[in-house]
Amino acid sequence: MRACDLLIRGGRIVDPAARRDETADLWIQDGRIAGMGRFEGWARQEIDADGAVVCPGLVDMHVHLREPGEEWKEDIESGSRAAVAGGVTSMCCMPNTRPRLDHAGVIMQVKARAKAIGLCDVHPIAAVTRNLEGRELTEMRELARAGAVAFSDDGMPVWHAGVMRKALEYASSYDFLVIQHAEDKQLTEGGAINEGWVATQLGVSGMPPEGEDAMIARDIMLTRCAGARYHVAHISTAGAVSLVRQARNEGLRVSAEAAPHHFALTEDEVLGYNADAKMSPPLRTEADRLAVIEGLRDGTIEVIATDHAPHHVDDKRCGLSCAAFGIVGLETMLPVSLQLVRDGALSLPDLLAKMTVNPARLLGLEAGTLAEGAVADICIFDPEATWTLERERLFSKSKNTPWHGKVMQGRVTHTIKRGRLVFEGGKILV
Amino acid sequence: MMEVQVIFDARAVDDALDRMADAMRSDQVWLVGILRGGARVADALQKRLEAGGSLVHRGNLDISFYRDDLDTVGPNPQVRPTRLPFDVGGKSVWLVDDVLYTGRTVRAALGEIFDYGRPAAVRLAVLVDRGGRELPIAADVVGLVHKAPSGCSVKLVTDRPGWHVLQRRVRS
Amino acid sequence: MIALRHLFGIAELDAEQIRYLLQLGASFVGLSRRSIRKAPTLRGKTIINLFFESSTRTRTSFEIAGKRLSADVINISSSTSATKKGESLLDTALTLAAMRPHVLVIRHALPGCCHFLAEHLRETSIVNAGDGAHEHPTQALTDLLTLQEHGGFVGKTITIVGDIAHSRVARSHLLAARKMGYRVRLVAPKTLLPRRVEQFGCEVYHDFDEAIPGSDVLYMLRIQTERLTSNCSFPSLREYHEAYGLNGRRLAAAGEQCLVMHPGPMNRGVEIASDVADSAASRILDQVEHGVAMRMAVLTALCGGGEEA
Repeated sequence: MRACDLLIRGGRIVDPAARRDETADLWIQDGRIAGMGRFEGWARQEIDADGAVVCPGLVDMHVHLREPGEEWKEDIESGSRAAVAGGVTSMCCMPNTRPRLDHAGVIMQVKARAKAIGLCDVHPIAAVTRNLEGRELTEMRELARAGAVAFSDDGMPVWHAGVMRKALEYASSYDFLVIQHAEDKQLTEGGAINEGWVATQLGVSGMPPEGEDAMIARDIMLTRCAGARYHVAHISTAGAVSLVRQARNEGLRVSAEAAPHHFALTEDEVLGYNADAKMSPPLRTEADRLAVIEGLRDGTIEVIATDHAPHHVDDKRCGLSCAAFGIVGLETMLPVSLQLVRDGALSLPDLLAKMTVNPARLLGLEAGTLAEGAVADICIFDPEATWTLERERLFSKSKNTPWHGKVMQGRVTHTIKRGRLVFEGGKILV
Repeated sequence: MMEVQVIFDARAVDDALDRMADAMRSDQVWLVGILRGGARVADALQKRLEAGGSLVHRGNLDISFYRDDLDTVGPNPQVRPTRLPFDVGGKSVWLVDDVLYTGRTVRAALGEIFDYGRPAAVRLAVLVDRGGRELPIAADVVGLVHKAPSGCSVKLVTDRPGWHVLQRRVRS
Repeated sequence: MIALRHLFGIAELDAEQIRYLLQLGASFVGLSRRSIRKAPTLRGKTIINLFFESSTRTRTSFEIAGKRLSADVINISSSTSATKKGESLLDTALTLAAMRPHVLVIRHALPGCCHFLAEHLRETSIVNAGDGAHEHPTQALTDLLTLQEHGGFVGKTITIVGDIAHSRVARSHLLAARKMGYRVRLVAPKTLLPRRVEQFGCEVYHDFDEAIPGSDVLYMLRIQTERLTSNCSFPSLREYHEAYGLNGRRLAAAGEQCLVMHPGPMNRGVEIASDVADSAASRILDQVEHGVAMRMAVLTALCGGGEEA
């Protein structure tokens, strides 16, 4: 008779990495996936997954954990709790902390903290340039040895074309990925929301979509000349999607991620001066939203990532123009994204691939698969369950979400990290 | 008691206006009606005074901005501008209203007149005194007297020839 | 009876409310023309003018309006102009609101500041005296009162010339035009026009002379010279005046019935030539006079009881 530590019985197992989509049992032994099929035997612990989807733990390659330096907004522990509540078991944190993630010591500190907390793997993304200033390169090889999985000045673009060219050339010498927050600050200066009809009505300075498009166009040319790997963070405009599509058709190693808010919401969300719908890049028009969905559908955009950006209420409660950019996203990523499946834009396996195996492969992470022998990071969710999001109940320290009071469909019921049940029925298990 | 009743008919009103004009007659008369009913009465008096050879100076007051009940009723949506085309300073001014009740309208009108200047005297002429005063105010010339029960409104109807005065029960 | 809780902008008013405010405003015009310019309408009301941007005209207009209606008016000017100070704006407003004024009149560079404050202030009525480039409702109402006293505005064409992108007055008129049945033409180079402004349903011109025929009002906006030349909105005052200044020739082309308006303060010789500003067609000083009456009307409507609009 067989025995295992944890049995997940009768769920719809969706593992895009193995092109698997079937109803079966899945069992775990010693923190790894031991088998799949029909389990007969004794299990130390059992989860009834009838009617639920069982998929690899989600991988969110774009979050801001605010530690070190701004722990009143979020820290690695609260961010990890928010992650597993959203089904996320691996995440990549951006370097715009204080101090910046531009030094191996800080990278090691973040990794050590995350490991001690043990809820969610944290893979730091190190800065491209020292102090995110866009002038001098960071010690990328050393940072990679310390655990950095990619490089970005996120929050700030690498604005200087010469520096960006050198960064792409240097990084690609060692096959490192460079991630760009594409924004020409000279075009977006003073802007708070998308430049367009809503900004014109509100009298608020806008950020033109051309600010994003122009920098991506420039970067694609530099990527071509450097032979580099280039990734567009939080793509938001129709123009940018079309540029990335062209580059990929040409065979360049260009990739892109989209944030759920950019395919779920438009600039109309800001009407009424809603600071919780302010982020950078901003919510755009319906045409842009549909272009992002088309990009996800045709594979131009291979990753969905949240750009989880916690901010204290005081940084948001000061009027739209001076409110901080960003929203929290870890706990809403899955239900918001599932709308793409309900709308028929993506199949469930295709959607889940963009939140599991695709980012894992892009970054070389050991995650995002349910293969036998793989680390047992698993997300179980009820795709039909509806619930109302209340910001007070978020696990994140910050409550800046545009979905407060909205009805969500799809709910994470269990999250398993390295074979251990860490989230169940709305509670973190520690 | 009936819900609506005519307490003074056209004939009674006409006679009263004649008597009032007789009592007010002088070479020059400064006549200020309180909008809107008082202005109608002032028009009727003007006609009679001029027929009798008086020189009449006319003005109208809208006392909306001098009322003491803005908090409860809000601004009057049909304010007509006050028009006083003569200097009230040193004049003996007749203030004219249709119905005298609590006295609050007259108090507001007195306040407004004094914001236009310092008259030598202000006298009050009303077509109907219905009683129910809440302030120490009395008319100098009264056309008709009627003790109306509280809970009733008394209204001069002028929207067609044959002016008359109605009493209507508004609450029991 | 129509009572208002707040006045954020023309966007929040319907045509009936605007007509009512104009009627109320018209009835106040006479008050400022008599020898004793005072009525007890707002006796016992406290009004605080909180101005974060320098303004002589609008602040004085609100102050006189309140005082002529017997309200207690307190003026607070803060030199803080940057939108960075949003948080202290909230604290300032909360502090003042705790002193229980009836009305807070606010001018601030932050667009939407009135909406923002109203979410946090419970009982105080808020009047927008200009919020960034968003709205300036009492100015637009004032302009309509002036036009109402000079032949009406329904079916007329108001041609607004200048820095539309940063103009809260232009936005308020663009919103009012559709509600009240007049037309707006905008005249400016593309550098001074906000994106998609034509969605307001206005006509857009880059050539002033083309826009003049058929205009009933030429409405000139103040040009903030230093800021606009340094950010490349136009090259020089000389070229601006040549292209968009209202001079005698253009006024003559507009015809005798055409009125000239300006929300002030004017740059003589830049957006408007001196002789035009002082001409018989100019209604600029009428606007100032009507501004007091219109603000009296707004304050009265806010302080009145009755049904909330």
